[in-house]
Amino acid sequence: MKKIHYREWGIESPRYWGLLVVLAAIAGIGGLAALYMEHNGHWVTGMNNQIVWGIPHVFAIFLIVAASGALNIAAFGSVFGKKIHKSLGRLSAVLAMALLVGGLLVLVLDLGQPTRLIVAMTTYNFKSIFAWNIYLYAGFLAIVAVYLFTMMERKANKYYPAMGVFAFVWRLILTTGTGSIFGFIVARQGYDAAIMAPMFIIMSFAYGMAFYLLVLMFTFKQDGRPLGTKLLMRLKNLLGIFTAAVFYFVVVYHLTNLYGTENHEYDAFILRDGGIYTSLFWIGWVLLGLLVPMGIVFHPALGKTHGGIIAASLLVLLGGLAAMYVIVIGGQAFPMAIFPDKVIIASGFYDDVNGQPLYYSPSVPEFLLGIGGIAVALAATFVGVRMLKLLPVSLDDEVVDPYHQKS
Amino acid sequence: MSNKVDQNRREFVSVATKTAAATVVAPGVLLHAMAQANLRSEPVTDKVRYGLLIDTTKCADGCSDCVTGCEKENGLDMLVEPEGASAEDWDRQRPRWIRTVKVKDRLTGQLSTLPLMCQHCENPPCADVCPTGASFRRADGIAMVDRHICIGCRYCMMACPYKARSFIHEEVERKPTIAPRGKGCVESCNLCVQRRDNGESTTACQDACKHGAIVFGDLNDPGSEISKALREQNTRQLRADLKLNTGVRYRGI
Amino acid sequence: MVKTVTGILLIVATLFSMGVMAEGQRQNAVIEGSKAASLDACVAPTSLMRRKHFELIKHQRDITVHQGIRKTDDSLAGCIDCHVAKDSHGKYIPVNGVNPETGEKQFCAGCHEYAGVEPPCFSCHATVPTKSGK
Repeated sequence: MKKIHYREWGIESPRYWGLLVVLAAIAGIGGLAALYMEHNGHWVTGMNNQIVWGIPHVFAIFLIVAASGALNIAAFGSVFGKKIHKSLGRLSAVLAMALLVGGLLVLVLDLGQPTRLIVAMTTYNFKSIFAWNIYLYAGFLAIVAVYLFTMMERKANKYYPAMGVFAFVWRLILTTGTGSIFGFIVARQGYDAAIMAPMFIIMSFAYGMAFYLLVLMFTFKQDGRPLGTKLLMRLKNLLGIFTAAVFYFVVVYHLTNLYGTENHEYDAFILRDGGIYTSLFWIGWVLLGLLVPMGIVFHPALGKTHGGIIAASLLVLLGGLAAMYVIVIGGQAFPMAIFPDKVIIASGFYDDVNGQPLYYSPSVPEFLLGIGGIAVALAATFVGVRMLKLLPVSLDDEVVDPYHQKS
Repeated sequence: MSNKVDQNRREFVSVATKTAAATVVAPGVLLHAMAQANLRSEPVTDKVRYGLLIDTTKCADGCSDCVTGCEKENGLDMLVEPEGASAEDWDRQRPRWIRTVKVKDRLTGQLSTLPLMCQHCENPPCADVCPTGASFRRADGIAMVDRHICIGCRYCMMACPYKARSFIHEEVERKPTIAPRGKGCVESCNLCVQRRDNGESTTACQDACKHGAIVFGDLNDPGSEISKALREQNTRQLRADLKLNTGVRYRGI
Repeated sequence: MVKTVTGILLIVATLFSMGVMAEGQRQNAVIEGSKAASLDACVAPTSLMRRKHFELIKHQRDITVHQGIRKTDDSLAGCIDCHVAKDSHGKYIPVNGVNPETGEKQFCAGCHEYAGVEPPCFSCHATVPTKSGK
């Protein structure tokens, strides 16, 4: 393997600044949306006392999950000693941090009292997985920053393998923590399952890889840097495998649900009678988010084209958002079993009368806030690759593979 | 730990200021003190555990007096629909501490009407999940929210098995002195905590119920009306499977 | 030696005059017509209240919420009871507001606007004694 050289992103200034201006505008609109919701109160959103977590949480959790997954590419380099991945590590670390910050921003800006963030950082309830997550997220940013430093600074290189393992373990714990936000909720049928945490981990692998592939291909294309087929094939195959693994977990999750009678109603709701949730599950998550991308990636011809890989990555991400919607909102909309052997036939507080799902109609500002979070993450990544030597000058086949034969 | 240190610091500040007050004020200058008769002066203890007994056999279909009573007492009736809100959406967003629910048994078709509110669990899931410790259980068994440190994340609402909590979705113009309330925090039934601290013996819902379906009292006192009734009658907790040991018990469902 | 003594005397004198000045300003701080205006001092000397009132209230708020202790001198409700004034129709004026008739800034508003510190109390707490409809 040849020595890898890194260089700052060299696209012309107008294009670079143009890109940043567009992203900043999208982020700004998201910020204004947050301000609008915060100023008026949450009554301007679709969230209510039945569906308490809405679209902002769908985006936030999606971004946080993707963030930990984006670090995998670096981790494969140091943990499993895959040389081919080492050259990808710097971008992976920066993307991971950027996605996490984007997700946390969305989460924080949706709080009822965002100005009390300092309270959340000084007053802890250690029984709460949320409180643990505050540490896990802050720790993630710090550890990945150090990890990046060990990659980039020659003198710190000797700590690189150890930091890699540390960062990888930390990210596994982090996603476990994120998955456990739901797994620990005993009150709601759709959530109270240990499989939630590992399922979130495998989802993070897929979403992180999809984000990474898109950013890598975009930055290399814009800059005219060579991106060899070998590497791309390897990464897209990984994407395919991760997507298949998510599919496996979805199947197992619902099969185990079907096994236990107490979960039959929840499964019937998600799989058959849930209206928007059922559509999003089958069409958004399973078909467009899992099966189609797998089909593209493993297709002998399509899977080798850049367009195919981009389409597959985008679909995996869209499917991820659909998955989060089904989990976060669907899990809340499903009637709660306050009276397991009775049906509520009238209620003064919008309970699930006659088993009807609880009502939620998302509002525009919620979407704008979530999309703003993605814009922040992308803008931070592009500033990173512009300012720092994150991207290899070339990832051509002969660079990444010494035994490559030119045909 | 940090909490304890903080507590000590505060106590120090308080003692220091008060001592200073005693020494600095010249003789003859009277400090204004508000002496009120029945207000609690000692910390609540776990010697008492407050709870409710709801007799659904006495609860009348179509009656919502307990809801009205609660909303009056705790200022929920002072809230107004925000300008520009759709009436239906707002109704889903306005807070309620207690609601009436009519249920039908899936097999037998038996109908019951009952009020549903915070069940004041011994091990409340809301307090378990709260990141800042704002959701807590007071020593005397009341599950409540310290809204000074609530950040409005709504995780407690996700975790509550009874959907008993409400988020304040709007700026609150009018609020009673005894029941503070503001945009962006979560709240729920607190067993009329202000009454618990001023020596009253009932809750607003109990006072409002003309059918005698709600009994409030100390579950730890074997001589209390609620304890006697619980001993003699067959009652149950909602979602007993979660082993939360609720402070609210139901008869007749 | 002489220098030290002079220094100490100077400091004491300064502190004393500050105390006198604070005492002098007191009459202006409370609002005419509020209960506080008829009393000699608050629950602690004025100079202390000026500096520490938020610590007293914050300390009180924690023991009230978590321990249920309400028999106290330091409750926010007590502050409002005592410092709230009425307009000429006998209607309470919010302590953080302005008298609509005279334009006079009320007790909390006066200092807090001057200091540029917004007290967060009143986003949730009543600004006038408010009874709920029992």
